Amino acid sequence: MSGEIVMSLVVPPHPHPVLCPEKNPGWQAIRDAYDAAAAQIEESGADLIIIYSTLWPSIIGHQIQAQQHPEWVMVDADFHDLGSIPYRLSIDTKFAHAWNDANHARGLTSRTVDYDGFPVDVGSVVALELLNRGNRIPAVICSTNVYSNRAETTVLAKACLDVVKAQGKKAVAVSVMSLSNRMFTEPIQPEEDRIHSLKDDEWNQKMLELMADGRLEDVGQLSRTIHSQIRIKKVVAFKPMWWLSAMNGNRNDLTGEVLAYEEIHGAGAAVVALSPESCGTGDKEYDEDDVEFYGGDRGVLDNTEPTEDHGVALHEPTTKGNSFNTDLAPKPVGAYPHARREGDLLYLSGVGPRQPGDNSIPGGPIKDADGNPLNYDIKAQTRATIDNVARILEQAGSSLDNVIDVTSFLVDMDRDFAGYNEVWAETLGKVGPTRTTLAIQALPTPIAVELKVIAKA
Amino acid sequence: MRNLLVGYMGKGSIVAGCLAPHPPHLVYAENPPQNEPVSEGGWEQLRWGYESLRASLEKVDYDVLVILSPHWQTYVGTHFIGLEHCASKSVDPVFPNLFRFDYDMNVDVELSRAIHDEAQSAGMAVKMMENPDFRVDYGTIVSLHMTRPAWDKPVVVISSNRGMSYYSSEVMQEMMAELGRATAKAIEASGKKCVLIASNSLSHRHFTTENDVPEDMSKEHIESHAMHLWDMRIIELMRAGKSQQILDEMPEFCEQAISEADGGAFSWILNAMGVPDHPAILHGYGTIIGTGNAIMEWPCHRWGEQ
Repeated sequence: MSGEIVMSLVVPPHPHPVLCPEKNPGWQAIRDAYDAAAAQIEESGADLIIIYSTLWPSIIGHQIQAQQHPEWVMVDADFHDLGSIPYRLSIDTKFAHAWNDANHARGLTSRTVDYDGFPVDVGSVVALELLNRGNRIPAVICSTNVYSNRAETTVLAKACLDVVKAQGKKAVAVSVMSLSNRMFTEPIQPEEDRIHSLKDDEWNQKMLELMADGRLEDVGQLSRTIHSQIRIKKVVAFKPMWWLSAMNGNRNDLTGEVLAYEEIHGAGAAVVALSPESCGTGDKEYDEDDVEFYGGDRGVLDNTEPTEDHGVALHEPTTKGNSFNTDLAPKPVGAYPHARREGDLLYLSGVGPRQPGDNSIPGGPIKDADGNPLNYDIKAQTRATIDNVARILEQAGSSLDNVIDVTSFLVDMDRDFAGYNEVWAETLGKVGPTRTTLAIQALPTPIAVELKVIAKA
Repeated sequence: MRNLLVGYMGKGSIVAGCLAPHPPHLVYAENPPQNEPVSEGGWEQLRWGYESLRASLEKVDYDVLVILSPHWQTYVGTHFIGLEHCASKSVDPVFPNLFRFDYDMNVDVELSRAIHDEAQSAGMAVKMMENPDFRVDYGTIVSLHMTRPAWDKPVVVISSNRGMSYYSSEVMQEMMAELGRATAKAIEASGKKCVLIASNSLSHRHFTTENDVPEDMSKEHIESHAMHLWDMRIIELMRAGKSQQILDEMPEFCEQAISEADGGAFSWILNAMGVPDHPAILHGYGTIIGTGNAIMEWPCHRWGEQ
């Protein structure tokens, strides 16, 4: 399968365009632009709307809404006097869980949330109310992490793209955000509304000029400057353009259209549509590290190479013939691909528990660098191995359900067979492939289990 | 400086002030019937601190709890709940795995409006919140539950204006000084005895991962030594009755300890009590996912006796 981002949007989070657009011509213009964007989504044939909301802060990594139909009545903390917005959303829960898994595979902390009464943030409610009338298109909503930096936010987008591609989605990426976010700190009459300051207006115009030119990555690279110039330091800093740019391959040649730019209680509100079609101008200027995996709070920008080599050189997978490779599987320890497709079958190279990205071994290595044996967890290793198999198959358009034959290798049959067998029963055992389990003396890296898999493509 | 209103019998008065932080972990650890998730305990030092605070307040005669929580964040002025009864389910958007709480509270709207009006007379931007669909923030609920789990006293709920975000810590402090004075003045005029609650942590740098068992106390500690030093300094100042020095150091505290005092509650309560030079009682201190939390009480009702 081959999914894609069919369009991207920047939309404002305030409730005014939903609750009282008629009170101010600018608010009505934003509402009209929302309607125009909704029509563009209809025309795009999109089957998924992905929301990155700057009004849903998180601390424990990122959170992804995974309740099928979140339902409540939303009231804004500030503008409660404007009224209430009842909502009942439709969430693509399969995508939400897969995004969470893909985050983990790329080293991120994240979790799904599935709780009755969970307070979906005002920005997400407003965006989905206006972009997705009747919940025709399933959505997924992700938080903004309070502490995340550019690397983490970029990897979050790449993990999301992994799933878009694997599930063959035609997705719309939406950043719910203000431009300048300085509001008036006192109540005003609707007719008094304007951008809070000339300086905010000038920076907003510059951002919109870049977006209209399709230069999304340039806006992303200006995010820190924009934050210091026109952003109030609220709960989270200005990160949505990092995410949106990475969702679009960090490009500067998109086709942009500013559908509206107005003020809402002093803040800069814009609806901008970005098509992936190249506008034909603007080379990619990309001077920040293109990080693929997240490695924690320190050293993330240097974390494009595995951090644990276990004494064995790693290789890029080979690409000859009908080879299939993915960043979501551990790098090979020799010149071979992750899989080959022959006819309607997929043949996988031996897969162990090493993790893509940092090359770590869940459950721990079986020995240290000096060869001294270590106490390891065979169940954790077996689970990680099967997870790696699943990711390779899913990236190749197949799944664990299509596995037909497995050869398993254990380095300590007496110690590990029971634990390996237990995890097998919980996973592949339910699929029912044929299986052969062999005891072997060693594997190239300090792991205890490896699987050789054949599956239907 | 002493505020003559504090502890003055015969008129409305502030009978106690409390620093009562709101991490949902504490309610989660208590397993009250209103909360869905079930724990094996955890954060006992803080929960015992709350137990001590509750025992102390049992000896105090009061009518209303007045609370300012950093999690009802407003940017357009300071807001007050103007509904007589609030009941709904509160789910913490950050820790929904720990806190899904059915709340039911009565609001002293008369006193809310009185503080609102006093603040407005002082030139502040204020608004009454009268939308019946409004959900009370989890910070308010946690602090109220841990302070008075019987939920049998009416409350006044005040929002956290983000003056520090918009302007500076100095402006935030000026606004909270005004709000504190307005609070004290309205309480005096009301004839009611009130307990004030500032619902904020001290240092506020979190860990960014959570244990599989959130209440695993073998993993709990302060996020950094610098945060510990700030927490201890502020606690010592409270214990020594040096409120003015706390206010003087507030900008540095907010910046260097990433303190949740940036929401204004701490400055508000000190000003409402007249920037007391009486010592506060430390009921408990502990960390929650790395943040520093102290449970303190200023027993204002005793000060007139000394």
